[in-house]
Amino acid sequence: MTAPTSAPQSPATTDTGPYLKVNDLRVQFPTEDGIVKAVDGVSFSVERGQTLGIVGESGSGKSVTSLTIMGLHNTKRARISGEILVGGRNVVGMSEEQTRRLRGRDMSMIFQDPLSALHPYFKVGAQIAEAYKVHHPNASKSECRRRAVDMLGRVGIPQPARRADQYPHEFSGGMRQRAMIAMALVNDPDLLIADEPTTALDVTVQAQILDLLEDLQREFNSAIIMITHDLGVVAQVADDVLVMYGGRAVEFGSVEQVMRRPQHPYTWGLLASVPSLHGDADADLVPIKGNPPSLINLPSGCAFHPRCRYAGRNGDRSFTEVPELHQVQERGHLVACHLSEADRQKFYAEDIAPSAGVAQ
Amino acid sequence: MVRFLTRRVLVGVVTLIAISIIVFGLFFAVPSSPAKVMCGKNCDAASIAQVETRLGLREPIVTQYTKFMKGIFVGRTYADGTAFERRCDAPCLGYSFRNDEAVTTILSRTVPVTISIVIGAAILWLLIGVSLGMVSALRRGTLFDKLAIGISLTGASMQVFFFGLILLFLLVYTTGLLPFPSYTPFTENPAKWAQGLILPWVTLGFLNSAIYARLSRAQMLETLSEDFVRTARAKGLPLRRVYTKHALRAAITPIVTIAGLDIGASLGGTFITETIFGLRGLGKETVEAVGFLNLPIVVATVLLAAVFIVVANLIVDVLYAVIDPRVRLS
Repeated sequence: MTAPTSAPQSPATTDTGPYLKVNDLRVQFPTEDGIVKAVDGVSFSVERGQTLGIVGESGSGKSVTSLTIMGLHNTKRARISGEILVGGRNVVGMSEEQTRRLRGRDMSMIFQDPLSALHPYFKVGAQIAEAYKVHHPNASKSECRRRAVDMLGRVGIPQPARRADQYPHEFSGGMRQRAMIAMALVNDPDLLIADEPTTALDVTVQAQILDLLEDLQREFNSAIIMITHDLGVVAQVADDVLVMYGGRAVEFGSVEQVMRRPQHPYTWGLLASVPSLHGDADADLVPIKGNPPSLINLPSGCAFHPRCRYAGRNGDRSFTEVPELHQVQERGHLVACHLSEADRQKFYAEDIAPSAGVAQ
Repeated sequence: MVRFLTRRVLVGVVTLIAISIIVFGLFFAVPSSPAKVMCGKNCDAASIAQVETRLGLREPIVTQYTKFMKGIFVGRTYADGTAFERRCDAPCLGYSFRNDEAVTTILSRTVPVTISIVIGAAILWLLIGVSLGMVSALRRGTLFDKLAIGISLTGASMQVFFFGLILLFLLVYTTGLLPFPSYTPFTENPAKWAQGLILPWVTLGFLNSAIYARLSRAQMLETLSEDFVRTARAKGLPLRRVYTKHALRAAITPIVTIAGLDIGASLGGTFITETIFGLRGLGKETVEAVGFLNLPIVVATVLLAAVFIVVANLIVDVLYAVIDPRVRLS
């Protein structure tokens, strides 16, 4: 999807347009073994109040994309091209000082494991107050603390004033992630990137955290990018879904389109690997065979072809030609696959739908 | 905290008692007798026996040990049944077999020398080593980093007796920039104190800096890849603050431990450094005493070295708890 015209367009609901616009983003890391093409021409956009789910296996480029948006890559070691517009400002090529001013204030991030993401030696309240202070240099110490305690209360931590004086290791997993969210939201950011925020948590706590994020999104009207490999999470919180494979976008659409009428064999594979609550309890899960590709030596043609049971159904294009993202009949639904749409619908209906988990 | 300290002090005391017993025991396992050493070559059995009686070596080990321990806490009186009688007040560590000088006097002369050498050198190696390591971690891969690593590899593979002699040759014998090292008490003349010790400081400090630079660099690099450093950056903190507040605090913890133990161990004696620069410190005194089977001095210096290590351990543990809130002192 090198052509900017194929960039997914979400229906405009505000006059200002999407808060985050990523155009043809490429991130490469030169290494001794070769160039790692971690992200290879990805475009998407997110509006305020909307949630974009980015789904893919490890190494699909989803985390690199989010770190690049935050400007957290070492620009000396990563080659970044394309455009990342955050509220109209292009982050690509910005100086460290300029992105620093955006980080934490206009865009902030929640990480996967709150135990390692919070500093073990500083009190939770102090860490949140610090995040506020850095973007409000004139705020007094007591003001920052009050703000931190207030945020802890808003993310549902009981007795926030007492908890603010505790260290991260004195919090439970779910409480820690709440504290992390409080820290990310302390400056009312317009964009929140959540990188697998529930992966390290107990299942019972996961739903609470997702509910909390949804509530806070309603309150703060921020744009959210939810990075996950858990399709259940995506189904629950996302408005749009971007499926990534080997550093490229392979499918994009509304959560309804991607989860109910998926058209890319990789998306089918992801869906088939999810256990279904409603289907046959004895039915085996169907894993995607093989491993994610090396980002240094991507397979020729469609990067997914070595693992795709439908590769080659359409001549040898799967092996020689990199598929572009094209819109299917339905508006806003984009798929990068060489199969004809009719074939895709047929294969899905016959092979995948009967056993896939979330789509049921 | 109080409970922790009490328990640790008690454990320390037990350790020290155990060490004193072992040293005492080992000494008597040695086939040679100090009386023979003192008496010289042309010595008959009678004079050896006389010396042994005077030194109290004829009594059973247990009695000797009890008397020794009693001397430390309440003092003791030496008597050999004749008119000879000498009162030794607590803390009494006995008298040198060699020249009859009170061990406490010897210690009060030699310990300040070693402490002066170690403290000065430790300040140097901590300042230079740790900052060099931290900066090269932050500038990983640059010329600065490569130079610092190269120099510290050279330093770490050098020896005190080699590097110290080179310094002596260049700065004292050839150019005469510095006088030959000597010890002047700090209270007497601080400037002279520093001038006389600058060579041992530089020697010991430089060599240890090399090790601390490599250690700090590795620690800092590891810390920089931690998630909480990324979080600090994601908050929008300036890099300087990320490094000095968030990364340094975590990277310094293991260095505090190692530095504490290193300093504690060095205080027990820096024999090679003291010998090269002709300084009469604890290390030199101990080694000489061992050669002469001078039991009172050996027991005293070994015990003192053990005290330094036990105390250093205790300080490190308390510091650790101060730095890392996850460590509970209980």
